[in-house]
Amino acid sequence: MEKRHKALGLEDETVRAMYETMLLARRLDERMWLLNRSGKIPFVVSGQGQEAAQVGAAFALDRDQDYILPYYRDAAIVLSFGMTVKELMLAAFAKAEDPNSGGRQMPGHFGQKKNRIVTGSSPVTTQVPHAVGIALASKMDKKEHVSFVTFGEGSSNQGDFHEGANFAGVHKLPVIFLCENNQYAISVPVDKQLASVNVSDRAIGYGMPGYTIDGNDPLEVYRYVKEAADRARRGEGPTLIEAKMYRLTPHTSDDDDRSYRAADEVEKAKLSDPVALFRTYVKETGILNDEQEQQMEQKIQQIINEATDYAEQAPYPRPEQALNFVYAEAEQEGTL
Amino acid sequence: MPVISYIDAVNMALREEMERDSNVFILGEDVGKKGGVFKATAGLYEQFGESRVLDTPLAESAIAGVAIGAAMVGKRPVAEMQFADFIMPAVNQIISEAARIRYRSNNDWNCPVVIRAPYGGGIHGALYHSQSVEAIFANQPGLKIVMPSTPYDVKGLLKAAIRDEDPVLFFEHKKAYRLIKGEVPEEDYVLPIGKADVKRKGGDITVITYGLCVHFAMQAAEKLAKEGIETEVVDLRTVYPLDKETMIESAAKTGKVLLITEDNKEGSIISEAAAIIAEHCLFDLDAPIQRLAGPDVPAMPYAPTMEKYFMMNPEKVEKAMRELAEF
Repeated sequence: MEKRHKALGLEDETVRAMYETMLLARRLDERMWLLNRSGKIPFVVSGQGQEAAQVGAAFALDRDQDYILPYYRDAAIVLSFGMTVKELMLAAFAKAEDPNSGGRQMPGHFGQKKNRIVTGSSPVTTQVPHAVGIALASKMDKKEHVSFVTFGEGSSNQGDFHEGANFAGVHKLPVIFLCENNQYAISVPVDKQLASVNVSDRAIGYGMPGYTIDGNDPLEVYRYVKEAADRARRGEGPTLIEAKMYRLTPHTSDDDDRSYRAADEVEKAKLSDPVALFRTYVKETGILNDEQEQQMEQKIQQIINEATDYAEQAPYPRPEQALNFVYAEAEQEGTL
Repeated sequence: MPVISYIDAVNMALREEMERDSNVFILGEDVGKKGGVFKATAGLYEQFGESRVLDTPLAESAIAGVAIGAAMVGKRPVAEMQFADFIMPAVNQIISEAARIRYRSNNDWNCPVVIRAPYGGGIHGALYHSQSVEAIFANQPGLKIVMPSTPYDVKGLLKAAIRDEDPVLFFEHKKAYRLIKGEVPEEDYVLPIGKADVKRKGGDITVITYGLCVHFAMQAAEKLAKEGIETEVVDLRTVYPLDKETMIESAAKTGKVLLITEDNKEGSIISEAAAIIAEHCLFDLDAPIQRLAGPDVPAMPYAPTMEKYFMMNPEKVEKAMRELAEF
């Protein structure tokens, strides 16, 4: 098999790390479902089938300075940006130590300032203008960082997508818009969401380049996001990238997808499971041998086991902690 | 001390804060070259340049959302909504995002954004250039809503809003812009957000209000004083969260309370104020709590007859005050 990553300037070690992050995200997601079905955690929102795009994109960014505004399926992105499995597990169990929200938000509402993971909400696509604002701050202060924002194809119909993308285009801001087109907005398929063939067709209206790419191939996503980041850092403005993929699970643990899509459609999509495809790549190019793979799986299992035990036993927030942090509290008052 | 207009105080506060802190910047529709449709930002584009006085696309949710994003990474954006009536497309950004950013992130992130908007009627603005919108935001913990009445308060409170670590909605009465003038120090000062101001002391009745209505109450109080009726006028200044202490203290002192807003009556700021006083002052009250407000119709009509009927004015205020005093 051709070593395509060489042409992208990626070392074997980096590609192995990309695969490991994808596998970690998948195994963590699978564990979350087990914990949910066994009654230990109330809710799961899944990223299965989207790991390639997420990891390919995250590795193309500068993970020491760029800002990311993920949406709720982006566990693999936040893992790439320094959030730990333990921290994600603390969020799943709604424990006090959860760095995303201290047990205030549902899982999948990521946020961690030290890793420049910008806090998000549930109304979709509100994070798009925020990403544009962060990019505006970067441009105003002549900083190098770009902002990177993701959303689904359904969300791309929101006004905030249009308003944010247009603003970024007008002011040529260093922001990368990544649409993770997983074919479904809960139950509604893409042909009921978009009148255009592709989300990326809209880019021309915002004066930015738009690309539709294979979201099951992390190297392809890496290539496009890297180019978009380079453009942004050169001051050439934003880019819209649409990565096509397939949501392999129901929308959430509260959804039953059998009511709106055929089982054989899902089975067929599994033939293009990005984790399986990239496993083939790393195995056949000799980046990962059998022994290393076994060690990787064991290591991941151990990390997830330890995180699960830790999070399960960690304390909940005290009830009255519900009252904290509505406004800045005394010791943090500003310059008044 | 120089006497300047309400809108000049807005301009002065913005200019001084932009000079003080390079992170402060302005964004909105027509705020740049034109200096704003009311000229609130006049001269700032010339002084600070295009990058700090940003003419945005005509899209209010982006104005709020972009400001929120910039605020989260350390900037001090002051976003202008051209009219308070046009803030509606940005409500999701203000309520779901700005108000909740600190709380939902367990204090990891915060959002020190200021959103300014001219509100209020009496300027032939009809339904969509006259509204008071504060009640929409006044049950959203995480937000602060400031509505000053005088140029002195405008300067001190707008500076405080810009320096605040949390999101502040700053509503300016557009009829007050050029009508209301007052002494404003040239030096730097801030006034506390969340504190009402007793604009006039008196022992017979209490009027609690904010914005342009403060001036109507002051005029009426002057007249009634000649008849021996002493009015205490409490200017809320911050309508959310309310300064309960000052309201309760004054209500307990006079035992007669008139609450005034230009907004529709039901579910208004003064409805909450009435509930607070009812909860705390039952045995101090000598009369039912009175509310004077706009009628419960959607918004202010255009024809001068109907506009005048809707709009608060000194006569309506004086009448309500006299009736309460005589109760």
